[in-house]
Amino acid sequence: MKKAINLSVNGVSRTDEVEPRMLLVHYLRDVLDLTGTHVGCETSLCGACTVMLDGQAVKSCTLFAVQADGSAVTTIEGLAQNGELHPVQEGFWEKHGLQCGYCTPGMIVTAAQLLERNAAPSREEICHGLDGNLCRCTGYQHIIEAVEYAAAKKAGQS
Amino acid sequence: MIPAQFDYQAPATLEEAVSLLASDLDGAKILAGGHSLIPAMKLRLAQPQLLVDIGRIKSLAYIREEGDEILIGATTTHYQLESSDLLQRICPLLPDCAKSIGDVQVRNKGTIGGSLAHADPAADWPAAVLALGAELVLVGPKAERTVKAEDFFVDLFTTDLQPGEILREIRIKKPSGRFGQSYQKAPHPASGFAVVGIAVHLGLNDDGSCKAAAIGVTGVDVKAYRAKGVEAALSGTTIDDDAIAQASLHVCDGVDPNSDLYASSEYRGQLARVHMRRAIQAAKAKAQ
Amino acid sequence: MTNNYVGKRVKRTEDPRLIRGLAHYVDDVALPGTLHVTFVRSIYAHAKITGIDTSAALSTPGVVAVYTGQDVAGKIGPVPCASALPELKVPDHRVLATDKVYFVGHPIAAIVATDRYAARDAVDLVMVDYEELPVVTDVEQAANGGPVIHEAFGDNIAYKLTSGEGDIDAAFTAADRTVKQRILHNRLAPIAMEPRGVLARYFPGEEELTIWSSTQIPHLMRTQVALMIGIPENKLRVITPEVGGGFGSKLNVYSEEALLGWIAMQLGKPVKWIETRRENMQATIHGRGQVGDIEVGFKNDGTLTGLRYSVFADLGAYHQLLTPAIPTLTGLMLSGAYKIPAIQMNITGCFTNKMATDAYRGAGRPEATYVVERALDLVAAELGVDPAEVRRKNFPSPDEFPFHTATGLDYDSGDYETALNKAQEIIGYAQLREEQKKARDEGRLIGIGVSTYVEICALGPSQAMPAGGWESATVRIEPTGKVTVLTGASPHGQGQETSFAQIVADELGVNINDVTVIHGDTGVVQYGIGTFGSRATAVGGTAVFVAVQKLKEKAQKIAAHMLKADASHILFEGGKYSLQAAAAASATGVSEPVVPVGQAPAGALPEPETDGKSNLTIQDIALAAHLAKDLPPDTEPGLSATYFFEPKNFTFPFGTHIAVVEVDHETGDIKFLRYVAVDDCGRVINPMLVDGQVHGGIVQSIGQAMYEEVVYDEQGQLVTGTLMDYAVPRAKHIPNFELDRTETPSPVNPLGVKGVGEAGTIGATPAIVGAIVDALAPFGVRHLDMPVKPENVWRIINGN
Repeated sequence: MKKAINLSVNGVSRTDEVEPRMLLVHYLRDVLDLTGTHVGCETSLCGACTVMLDGQAVKSCTLFAVQADGSAVTTIEGLAQNGELHPVQEGFWEKHGLQCGYCTPGMIVTAAQLLERNAAPSREEICHGLDGNLCRCTGYQHIIEAVEYAAAKKAGQS
Repeated sequence: MIPAQFDYQAPATLEEAVSLLASDLDGAKILAGGHSLIPAMKLRLAQPQLLVDIGRIKSLAYIREEGDEILIGATTTHYQLESSDLLQRICPLLPDCAKSIGDVQVRNKGTIGGSLAHADPAADWPAAVLALGAELVLVGPKAERTVKAEDFFVDLFTTDLQPGEILREIRIKKPSGRFGQSYQKAPHPASGFAVVGIAVHLGLNDDGSCKAAAIGVTGVDVKAYRAKGVEAALSGTTIDDDAIAQASLHVCDGVDPNSDLYASSEYRGQLARVHMRRAIQAAKAKAQ
Repeated sequence: MTNNYVGKRVKRTEDPRLIRGLAHYVDDVALPGTLHVTFVRSIYAHAKITGIDTSAALSTPGVVAVYTGQDVAGKIGPVPCASALPELKVPDHRVLATDKVYFVGHPIAAIVATDRYAARDAVDLVMVDYEELPVVTDVEQAANGGPVIHEAFGDNIAYKLTSGEGDIDAAFTAADRTVKQRILHNRLAPIAMEPRGVLARYFPGEEELTIWSSTQIPHLMRTQVALMIGIPENKLRVITPEVGGGFGSKLNVYSEEALLGWIAMQLGKPVKWIETRRENMQATIHGRGQVGDIEVGFKNDGTLTGLRYSVFADLGAYHQLLTPAIPTLTGLMLSGAYKIPAIQMNITGCFTNKMATDAYRGAGRPEATYVVERALDLVAAELGVDPAEVRRKNFPSPDEFPFHTATGLDYDSGDYETALNKAQEIIGYAQLREEQKKARDEGRLIGIGVSTYVEICALGPSQAMPAGGWESATVRIEPTGKVTVLTGASPHGQGQETSFAQIVADELGVNINDVTVIHGDTGVVQYGIGTFGSRATAVGGTAVFVAVQKLKEKAQKIAAHMLKADASHILFEGGKYSLQAAAAASATGVSEPVVPVGQAPAGALPEPETDGKSNLTIQDIALAAHLAKDLPPDTEPGLSATYFFEPKNFTFPFGTHIAVVEVDHETGDIKFLRYVAVDDCGRVINPMLVDGQVHGGIVQSIGQAMYEEVVYDEQGQLVTGTLMDYAVPRAKHIPNFELDRTETPSPVNPLGVKGVGEAGTIGATPAIVGAIVDALAPFGVRHLDMPVKPENVWRIINGN
């Protein structure tokens, strides 16, 4: 039996009827056509599907869309504001924090969360903060540098 | 990747949740954060007929002091526990344990109650609640009852929760006097679960000797357990390195440690001894 | 404008779409009315199929069709193996199992449904009856009398091959000493973050089929799939949209690609299959999977006299595209960076009840480097000398290049000692050894591992390749002056949209933003080979470079015509054609408009102008070439050039990696203290991209050395079937890498580039394992098999 859900995605209100078992990631991708959020595993271990749910980074493959009823979701597509890249996005570009790009949206959303909670993280804290995200291309070093760049950039802005 | 079909209800109150659960004792499952249940459903290892989502019952997520107790609502997330200033002040073992769970996304959504009720033998929380001598409040269709953490974990993925019961609250006596706490863990490189996890609460006398130790161990046996042999061996000692080392040897007393691809029984026993020693040392170092 | 993009750290043009979540991978391509496909896969490693009942699945709402092996028999050809070894046994590899299954995950039936959820539900409703058969998973057991997998062959030995040059017996007779070691190369899962996926759409009117696939080889796949399903090759278009990593796992032609194409033709509707991670672990190729015995002969002064390596290669149940060829690449690289007069490789390739092995980043070469480097460490230990010195002793000197090896190769260029010296200097090697000694005295276990690797890249001369080793490029300047590059390479993260644009922008003197590199669409790009074997820049980039030269030759002719001068007097610099100073002085009529200015209709392209000046931009030339009003005689209109570059040799990048680790006495935990890599990949187009390739490769090596291992149990069940059990390195597992380079250009191509995609997976594992073994040297250890897990270390320390 389908359930009605109301939620805000990247600032846009959405109302849909979904099967209870529909995963949030499938709702975002298949219903809303927000395909920037990716699926890389089925055991909540790769982090490619990470989105913000009410300001908290979560794995959208480990949530049913019905659980997001009444919530505000921000996906990678909603991270840039007024055409301006989020500092973490900028950091990833500047520091070559991505290669194939598949893990990137989840990595960026998670890193954005990390910097919201810790404006000046150490290398160790960055690694701890990204523990839920796998990348197979970059070897992480440039990702760590990208987050450091974003932290410095944000510090300069404030 | 795709779970089997189920029906979904999101009750507004715990009472409603209890009655929904009672409506289908065989097929209904409680959904809290979902971070144990949903992965199992995606692999179709779990196929409940009805999910009763208690994650929306706002009144179930809290951390507060009441008298000489700390009360934690079942749907309090790992992150809420990790970032609680109150707990950092009065019972740092909880944030210490919380921050070692999974990853930031899991901690943002996963709940302490869900983890305890799932009773994964490699989960972190069981060790901590055992070390803190917690009591768990279970609510059923007829009554509410309280069970000691020690009696709650029955077997592999099995707790004292009876059909129709829901874990509502975790109650912990506020640590008092001189004490030190620590959680030490050897994480599995793939899953992040505890290969071994040792939670230590160390109560000290004024002279710095050990008044009482309470220690929870996870990852080692089919269920988390109290390391009573270690506790007894520490008690009354000056907690010098030698006493710690000697006591730590008792971590696997009466237990045949688990064996898997990553760690044999023998090696897991070694990890348990080493992390036991390190946890006690860290707890001692933190004691005020 | 004079550019020098080449050699600079240029930010990637790919990134803006990727960091905003606006790029399109296969599953992001949405076509109306798409049906979804799932697979019923074998739960047994070896069994007879005695019955398949699809009726329950078929009667489920949403299910459109179910296809079994019987349904497609005779309609879809076998999954291809491109490797042609003498007397190779090639099993008949059908896209769906018919009478038997040979590994867990073997596809049995394809379900087509209206959405992914219904398609998944129906998988549980297909009833397959099995009769279990004896299973063999151990490669040596497979070779020596284990249960026979493909009955028609009589045994499990797919091929035996001996290779090498020199008198091997004499080499060992001449040796003062020998060392031997059994060495395991753990089976690995490539784990591209994007699992495989296929979308197929058929246009019945046009009789055209389009397949979107997450592949590294769109053109080769088109050829093979066309043959498999019997559609004319030029009616099949393969598109690789964004590809989320490959590492060799998508250098293949898979059952699902052909099957989806065929189903789309049957149903006349778009059909999509997206692999789950569990399927990816079960039914996408694995890598490595060898066990062998290395034997090295050497003189008392450390000079190597000969090397013999006999290996059992675990091929899995079937050959995928290159399965049997991978161990032969190991044979090619057994000389490493050393002068070894005689080398012999003996391969026994065996079938087992597992998924096929095939190319995984490095593909046979990491195995070679690993055994050679481990052997050099053993020699050093035997002689009691520093492992770096044994290596130095056996290097060919730079003036010995091209250097002929006893494996039959001619290394193009190299300066191995300079790279070693540089790495030692960066890490402070002598002092480090002192510190290590001191630490040991204090009871700390610190180890230093050195690897001086050489790899074979830029695959390769067509003679040595199964299906052509060249690469193609078209460079054209559009009427508006924008530059389009079509490359036959198929990058999937390596960044060639940027690096190829750097090459072209420099050569044409245009802004890099005016250059667009297009790849991965057989409907748009001329035939190409693809991206694998560290070839895209060395072979594909060279094709681009030469195509630009051809284009410039033509442009020069047109420029000369427009400037009314002899082509030899025209100078091209900074994107402008001008008369050389001397010629300008004597030239006449340059002040007159060269191109007659006609009455241009509104909205038409602007007329090229010489402005009466003595120079023209390349864009002016392009416009003139397209308008074609006044071109030199016998000149084709348009400004475009295509080149197919055939390399005369491979390239041989090299370098030195040094790892420093400390192990924990009590837990066996291994911690990196330092990691220095000095790599020489020839000329560097974009240092930022090169560093990224090296980092990524080293981390995959860390995975192989310390964490990763595909494990099947005795029943052939995949024990490491999810990311819960199969440990891919995370950020917390890596050291801070200290990278540097030497630059020895390759003489094989005009760019001087060698390739760098696989350096990290080839150079790093021996350094890491060498460091761990060195840390444990006080316990008398000389070798440990990968992955070296904390428990292994702990056991050594505790004498068990």
